[in-house]
Amino acid sequence: MSERQVEVEILRYDPETDQAPKLQSYSVPCQEEWVVLDAITYIKDHIDTTVSFRWSCHMAVCGSCGMMVNGEPALSCKSFLRDYPDKIRIEPLAHFPIVRDLVVQLDDFMEKLNRVKPYIIPKEKKSVSDGQHKQSPAQLKAFKQYTLCINCTLCYAACPQYGLVPDFIGPAAMALAHRYNLDSRDGGREQRQEVVATDEGVWECSFVGACSEVCPKQVDPAGAIQQMKIASTVDWYKEHLMPWSKP
Amino acid sequence: MSGKAYIREMPKTTWWLSHSRYRRYVAREVTCIPIGIYTAVLIWGLMRLSQGAAAWEGFIEALNSPLSILFHLVAFVFAVVHTISWFNVTPSAMRVQIGEDFAPGAVIIGAHYTGWVVVSLIVLFMAGV
Repeated sequence: MSERQVEVEILRYDPETDQAPKLQSYSVPCQEEWVVLDAITYIKDHIDTTVSFRWSCHMAVCGSCGMMVNGEPALSCKSFLRDYPDKIRIEPLAHFPIVRDLVVQLDDFMEKLNRVKPYIIPKEKKSVSDGQHKQSPAQLKAFKQYTLCINCTLCYAACPQYGLVPDFIGPAAMALAHRYNLDSRDGGREQRQEVVATDEGVWECSFVGACSEVCPKQVDPAGAIQQMKIASTVDWYKEHLMPWSKP
Repeated sequence: MSGKAYIREMPKTTWWLSHSRYRRYVAREVTCIPIGIYTAVLIWGLMRLSQGAAAWEGFIEALNSPLSILFHLVAFVFAVVHTISWFNVTPSAMRVQIGEDFAPGAVIIGAHYTGWVVVSLIVLFMAGV
């Protein structure tokens, strides 16, 4: 197993003492198979115990360890050091307030996620005795891709629209709204449209496409948003040209 | 939580210089400017047409200037770049589900190119080319 010395720069911020974040450099002996998260864990365990960062599963499932690695939003558990040069810079996810070091405040995202009602709002109330809500494989396929979101918020860090207009609902929350809108068991689209089909919703998106490029789960939130734009436009035309048809 | 969370301000005018992905996006958006000007020229031409033969001849005369020809060449190149960049993203914006599968991206992009060719041929036919 080969070892390589990597210079790891971390953007540090202590809210109790610092006016602004500053870079701190560490020289880390890295193993060939290590990911960025391993290098940060090594720093925490052997060099500087004060470094703060979030992580949990170490296998690209929990979505906790998102960071900017050399300016690119990435899951640090999925970013192999062998793919990077001997010097890397790690910063907290862009566009979010820094709580401490690599830990960011996600309250804004959580509030927006809540607003799009990311859960099934049944078309009709069914009791347990009425049996299951059946769904065919084709109906499942229609939305399955959007269920893969792990709320890692890399898409928010990549989206310049979210950085410029913080009121923007943003990629992940809207992809999840789309996921439930497409679900054959769901009847909540009209409620979600109040949040989604607005200037803060789909119409704030200018289709940069960065969200889909950085998504570690290939959810393609940009595609979901464009599909919702088309559906919302169809709604508008139906409402104005065919007022007799129910939207 | 003690202390204050630090907010990093995004540079309002230069943010797009920071990454090739954003530069590509801005380039795509900028292509719409010559297309917009070209549309304005077309509308101006229609207006001159409505004003009679002499006005229309003057408009055609103006189009023959080297500057006008250069502008139309630039607008054409930008329109092609704009069209291709948009056609390339249509598969994610317009998914077509057939049973348990989605139509391949190449089919959706191909359908757009086919539509483009068909409309262009109709326009050329109507123009008597």
